[in-house]
Amino acid sequence: MTALLEVEGLSVHFETARGVVRAVEDLSFAVERGQTVALVGESGSGKSTAALSLLRLLPAGASKIAAGRVRLDGRDLLALPPRQLRDVRGAQVGMIFQDPMMALNPVYTIGRQIAETLRLHLGLAGPAAEARAIELLRRVQVPAPEQRIHQYPHNLSGGMRQRVMMAIALACRPALLIADEPTTALDVTVQAQVLALIDELKAELGMAVLLITHDLAVVWETAQRVIVLYAGRKVEEGPVGRILTRPRHPYTAGLLRAAQWAADGDRLAEIPGTVPSPHAMPPGCAFAPRCALAEDRCRRQAPPLRTLEPGHVAACFRAEEIAP
Amino acid sequence: MSPTLAFLTRRLLQLVPVVLAIAALNFALLHLAPGDAADIVAASSGGASAEFTAELRASFGLDRPLHEQFVLFIGRLLTLDLGWSHIQQAPVLELVAERIPATLLLMVAAITVALAAGMLLGILAAMRHRGWIDGILSVVALVVYATPQFWLGLMLIVLFSVTLGVLPSGGMMTIATEMGWAARAADIGRHLVLPSLTLGLFYVALYTRLMRASMLEVFTLDFITTARAKGLSETRIGFVHAARNALLPVVTLAGVQIGHILGGSILVETVFGWPGLGRLVFDALLQRDLPLLLGILLVSSVVVVLVNLVVDLLYGLLDPRIVHR
Repeated sequence: MTALLEVEGLSVHFETARGVVRAVEDLSFAVERGQTVALVGESGSGKSTAALSLLRLLPAGASKIAAGRVRLDGRDLLALPPRQLRDVRGAQVGMIFQDPMMALNPVYTIGRQIAETLRLHLGLAGPAAEARAIELLRRVQVPAPEQRIHQYPHNLSGGMRQRVMMAIALACRPALLIADEPTTALDVTVQAQVLALIDELKAELGMAVLLITHDLAVVWETAQRVIVLYAGRKVEEGPVGRILTRPRHPYTAGLLRAAQWAADGDRLAEIPGTVPSPHAMPPGCAFAPRCALAEDRCRRQAPPLRTLEPGHVAACFRAEEIAP
Repeated sequence: MSPTLAFLTRRLLQLVPVVLAIAALNFALLHLAPGDAADIVAASSGGASAEFTAELRASFGLDRPLHEQFVLFIGRLLTLDLGWSHIQQAPVLELVAERIPATLLLMVAAITVALAAGMLLGILAAMRHRGWIDGILSVVALVVYATPQFWLGLMLIVLFSVTLGVLPSGGMMTIATEMGWAARAADIGRHLVLPSLTLGLFYVALYTRLMRASMLEVFTLDFITTARAKGLSETRIGFVHAARNALLPVVTLAGVQIGHILGGSILVETVFGWPGLGRLVFDALLQRDLPLLLGILLVSSVVVVLVNLVVDLLYGLLDPRIVHR
């Protein structure tokens, strides 16, 4: 059986005044049914761009999907006519976003925004749609859903809004949920609640989750597989247990050290330097300028992805030498 | 009392000092100009002597010190008495009341055309951003925007009344014909087309551009991506999700411009012989009919201030985040 979502050689480019920015370059991965896959990277690594381009949601004009295939159940979403793509969006693939404050339309009631999806994909209208909307809100643990459907987004807290977004995304029981930094804008206690809810609904609906995040703690708790992006390229991929305990790429190792500083009670072990400017990418490995292990060949040519163990790949010449 | 009603009551009470202040300002400004009604009446009688002019002035009450005239004027206003026009020999209130329905009809028609067409074209242009429809609309809007109103009016008359002969060139209704109310309404409607277009087209152009810019800004917001991710069509996203959010700036500008439109109607009413306040202002100005002029200005200011109140109430309807307290 093939995977639910197969992404092959996805490249997304932005045309800018200073030249073409390769936001995502040659990205391949798969998401199995019922699995949670985390796409990890810091700001500017291209993870959100990759997530948005799966459903062709990037604003037209500046950005261009330069190459690749995105197969959902065998159908290439990048080649679908717009009409058929709209049937996939919101029905087979649900999506929630980083900032629930901005992701809901401020001038329509919660109930109307949920019912809109129900009418579009399931043909539900009037009282049937309202009843279903209330049921969905109850399912995402929004208290007093009968009153909430008549309220506007500004009447709700950030956590509640993210729950409403989930109600919309899950309204048609999608096979895949794409969650683009769903907890970044929420405070810590609410984060945990929202993540627990995603996990619970995932089990209940049997759906797969593609989780975009920079938070390794979140990855540890929810994901089965991890894909690490750096400067638009995949640098490492593997099962969560391996990646977070025995990383094979210096960037992943650096991320882990930076995440452990609180436990040590010492100063933050940050990764020196910053992500290279997209206009001035180094010719070799994009991470070489910040890497303690970098040698001459790293600066000359980009290391290819190598399979180190079944299911674990990394793009580093010296992968075997990396100590966790 | 509901919050909206309380808001309305408070705002209406606040109108009283505002309108009085406007009236005082108008009074002061108009009396800075040389000449008065006595001069005009005396001059129109042929060779009037200085004694006759002074007598006229005394009978009009124009010989009293300015501050006394002012106190009388404001005192009468408080009893809703707008005074007496010595030129027209009639109460100002009556003259204004007779003319104001025509002007309001013209204004409402023009602003409706401007808002409806402007919003629709703006939405279309934004949804076809950088396409040929957007290009054509932008150029046409710019041309209309730059065209003088009186010239536009004359050209519309030449095209529709003279060349095509489909619409009347002036007046408000066909005179001295008996007809039922439906036929009368249709008749007035036909007379209304050209003046309201002349008055409204400039604002159509303005609102098209504003609505387009406002829509393009809304299109960059996150909830538009959410709408796309839900699988909605671009048409629905544009007209339902973006348009409602893009309306506020247009409504704000329209509210502010009610005063301009009232000013513009003077010109348009003159071109089309429309029997509204505009013509009355024009005549009153030439004849130094200060009581009439002050009365018209006062009524206009009340209209403008009331429209602004309506706009404030509209905000609450258009954007649920705005609550009137």
